[in-house]
Formats: sequence, C-alpha cells, structure tokens
Amino acid sequence: MEKRFIYADNAATTAVSEEVLESMLPYFREGYGNASSIYKLGRDAQKAIETAREKVAKAIGADPREIFFTSCGSESDNWAIKGTADLMAGKGKKHIITSVFEHHAVLHTTEYLEKHGFEVTYIPVNDKGLIAPQDIKNAIREDTALVTIMYANNEIGTIQPIDEIAAICREKGVLFHTDAVQAVGHVNIDVHKQGIDMLSLSGHKIHAQKGIGALYVRKGINLPNLIHGGGQERGKRAGTENVPAIVGLGTAIEIATRDIDAKNAFITPLRNKLIDGILKLPYTRLNGDRDKRLPGNLNISIEGIEGESLLLMLDMNGICASSGSACTSGSLDPSHVLLSIGLKHEVAHGSMRLSIEENITNEDVDYILEVVPKVVERLRSMSPVWEKMMKGEKYE
Amino acid sequence: MLYSEKVLDHFSNPRNVGEIEDADGIGEIGNAKCGDIMKMYLKIDNNIITDVKFKTFGCGAAVATSSMATELIKGKSIDDALKLTNKAVVEALDGLPAVKVHCSVLAEQAVRAALSDYYTRQGIDPLPIVGEIKEPEE
Repeated sequence: MEKRFIYADNAATTAVSEEVLESMLPYFREGYGNASSIYKLGRDAQKAIETAREKVAKAIGADPREIFFTSCGSESDNWAIKGTADLMAGKGKKHIITSVFEHHAVLHTTEYLEKHGFEVTYIPVNDKGLIAPQDIKNAIREDTALVTIMYANNEIGTIQPIDEIAAICREKGVLFHTDAVQAVGHVNIDVHKQGIDMLSLSGHKIHAQKGIGALYVRKGINLPNLIHGGGQERGKRAGTENVPAIVGLGTAIEIATRDIDAKNAFITPLRNKLIDGILKLPYTRLNGDRDKRLPGNLNISIEGIEGESLLLMLDMNGICASSGSACTSGSLDPSHVLLSIGLKHEVAHGSMRLSIEENITNEDVDYILEVVPKVVERLRSMSPVWEKMMKGEKYE
Repeated sequence: MLYSEKVLDHFSNPRNVGEIEDADGIGEIGNAKCGDIMKMYLKIDNNIITDVKFKTFGCGAAVATSSMATELIKGKSIDDALKLTNKAVVEALDGLPAVKVHCSVLAEQAVRAALSDYYTRQGIDPLPIVGEIKEPEE
C-alpha cells in the first residue's frame, strides 16, 4: 500500500482555493486603497467590498445591507449574542436559550452573560445529536431575549431542525440566531424564507482565508456597535476593512453555495462507504444521526483506544483527522458534544472525526479503510482497556 | 500539540510493549474515564529488574512516557527504579508540553505500583519502602 496524503479535517479548516486566491491577489499590491478614501483607488476597494457583500447576501438569501463582515465565526457569534443581550436587557429581557452542544464561541459567551445577570437555558440533545423544537418552545418565556442554536454541529455534523425552531421563535416574537459556520456551503440556506434573524458564518471553512467571517443581521434589528471608531460596516464595526479577505470570502461563498446538491450527491456515498467500512470493526459506533448530518462528516467512537494516539498514528500514515479526546482539548474532559449525546467518558476519549470534501477520491476512501483497521488493531494490542474488555472485565 | 522528536519516536516505536506472563510485580495506574491507563509488568531477580513490559491506553505522551520509563529502569536495581522521577522521564524525552506532564507522573507511579505489588507478593509491607501510590485526580 503506497502512502498517501489525505486531508480529512475540512471541518477544522480548508485550503484557500485557486480561484479565491486569484480573486484576492489584485487587492494586495495594486488595489490596495483604503475603502474610505475618495479617489478611484479607494472607490475601487469600496466597490470590491460591496460586490463581495452582495455575493455573501445572495448565498444565504439575505439583502446586502444585512451582511456585516467580521474577522471570524467566533466574532460573529459574540456580536450576535452579546449585542442582542445588550439590546434586550433594556427591555427587561434577560433570558437566553441555547443548546448544550454549541461551539464554545457560543457557550463561553452565554456563560459570560450568566455572570452578568442573564439566565441561560441549555436545551439538551437526544442520543442522535438532535434538538427537539418542542423543547425550545417550552423553554421560551416572557423575558426571553434570544434563542441561539447551531445550524450543524461541528463535531458530529448533525443538522438541526432550523426551520421549525425559527418558526417557533417568530411566532413567540423572540429573536433567533444560528451559528452556521459548519453548514454554509453544505446545506441550502435562505435566511428570509427560513425566518432566521441572525446567522454567523466563517470564511476558512469554505476555502477562503482564516480571519474573515460575516454576520447576517435581519433588517430592523439594531445591534449595538461592536467596534467603535470609523464608519466602516455602517458604523457598526469600525476598523479599516481587510479588502483581500473580504473579496476572497465573496468568491469562496459563491463557489461553495453554487452546486450544493450535486456536491452532496457525490460526497454522501463516499462518506457512507467510510462509515460502513469503519463500523465493521468491533466495538465501534457512529456518533450522531446518520441521515440528518453534514454530507462530509463522520464521527465514530472506537472503544479500547484513545483518540490522540489514533490521530498521531493516522498522521504517520498521511491522514489528517481530529478527535473529541480530552488529550486534544487540553483538559481532562472529553468533548462536551460527545458527552451530550450520552457517551461515557471512556468511549468519548476514543472518537475520531473525519470531514471530507468533493476532492476526495475512491482510492482515498479505500486507503483510509485500509489504514484505520491496522492502526486500531495496533493500538488495541497495547491497550490494557481493550485487554480487559476482551476478558469481559469492567474497565471503568 | 508540539511533541519532541523523541516523544514521537517512543510513540511510534514504543520499547518494551507487551505483558510478562510470570511477572513478579504488576502495577496499574489511571482510569479510562480520565483517558490514561498504564499497566507495568516487572521481572525481578536478585533485586535487579531483569525485564519490564507495559501496556498503555492513552495519548501520545502516555505511550511515550511509559516506553521511556521502562527503558530507564530495565536492568537497574529496585533502589534505582524507586528513584525514578517523572522529571527524569520528561528530560529523557527532551521535554513534554505542559498539559502532558501528568503523563510522566503516571509513568513514575506505574513503576512504583508494580514495585509495590512485588513487595506485597513477597509478604513485605510496601508502604515504608515504596510510599503511597498517587492515583490521578478525576
């Protein structure tokens, strides 16, 4: 078996694509003007920004005036949540609803707000990693300021019933924000049709560069300014615009949302082949609903081994993957996402996420399916946990 | 996670992996909940550790520190093995990331747990010689 290099961690980040880079290059050396300047060089930069804004808006069914460029998905989440909190606190609304398995950009923000007088309800998810809209409905109170639920989970890829949740929020008159960092480019999104009030997205997950994101804010919601200063982003987020990055995001999102259905039709069978192949190993389980999940995502727990060791061994075989193991998080606890769907600590430690894209080949899939069992067997052979499991002893 | 070349070497080619059927002392430390378990087997002859093997469930650093600890005590006297510190293991591996230093403590304690078992089997109270075995905090 010839060694390959397979990047199977597209949910972590992606490479800047050729087309994206090409579109950005003119704005480094030639079109370097400050978009606030009056002369042509400045006006051209301004035009490039507005073109990119139109592309982002079109990609998610928004109006360009509803798109604000930020530096990343986390910034968008922070702005949407803290901004809404600020906005609604004055109206006596100090309750926020979110889920237990949000990205830390959301969870750590709501935890921060809890220290500042807000009450937060954390909606549980079921063992398939899905939220029941009814739970949100039941949690909404008179003083609920915001519901924020991720579109698709970053670890297990489960796609939440966003339309239903948005409809409930609309009916109850509560603002609804969604962290769609993992969903954009993989799921068809139309914020107006779906009734989404705010949506966070990030560039580097869809082949733009790192350090660029956007927040969609529905017209009529007057979020407080995030950065005070000049008049950029309609005065809401001051600071000279990162023109090349913004242009790149425009190109990237246009491409990413162009043929979502065709891409998914190609990627899903390959992903399923990986799932079925890896699940042939004994004592493994797929984490998250099999169908309501991002087409390129698979997350599997492999008992008897620990995730970081698995990743290191996969890396030695040229495969880039990620894990929900504690060892990759810098704490003793494994992923809060895997624990939220009911996995025991010891099982969560041995999990692996692969996130593939349409550049993957059948040969790549076969290669992964050859490497994974070998690596698992090797790690299990030196695992005292596996030894006990095979003897039928408890290992907790 | 920035591992030294030595850590990666001991992870990818761990020394002394396996079990000893007729071990004179076996020590196990850690728990699966925390994500690290080390099991250490010792063969002792005339106060000399003539053979040592290990099995580890854990991260790259857990495997590497186990491997290094076995290398550092193989062929040594019990007294020398009792002097093995986690710091010595870390140094021998050219350092560990701060969040992984606890793995070296596990390796040190696994050796002590195995020696403790050895003394218990000999009918000798291990506590005055080996001291208390520190289980990792949950």
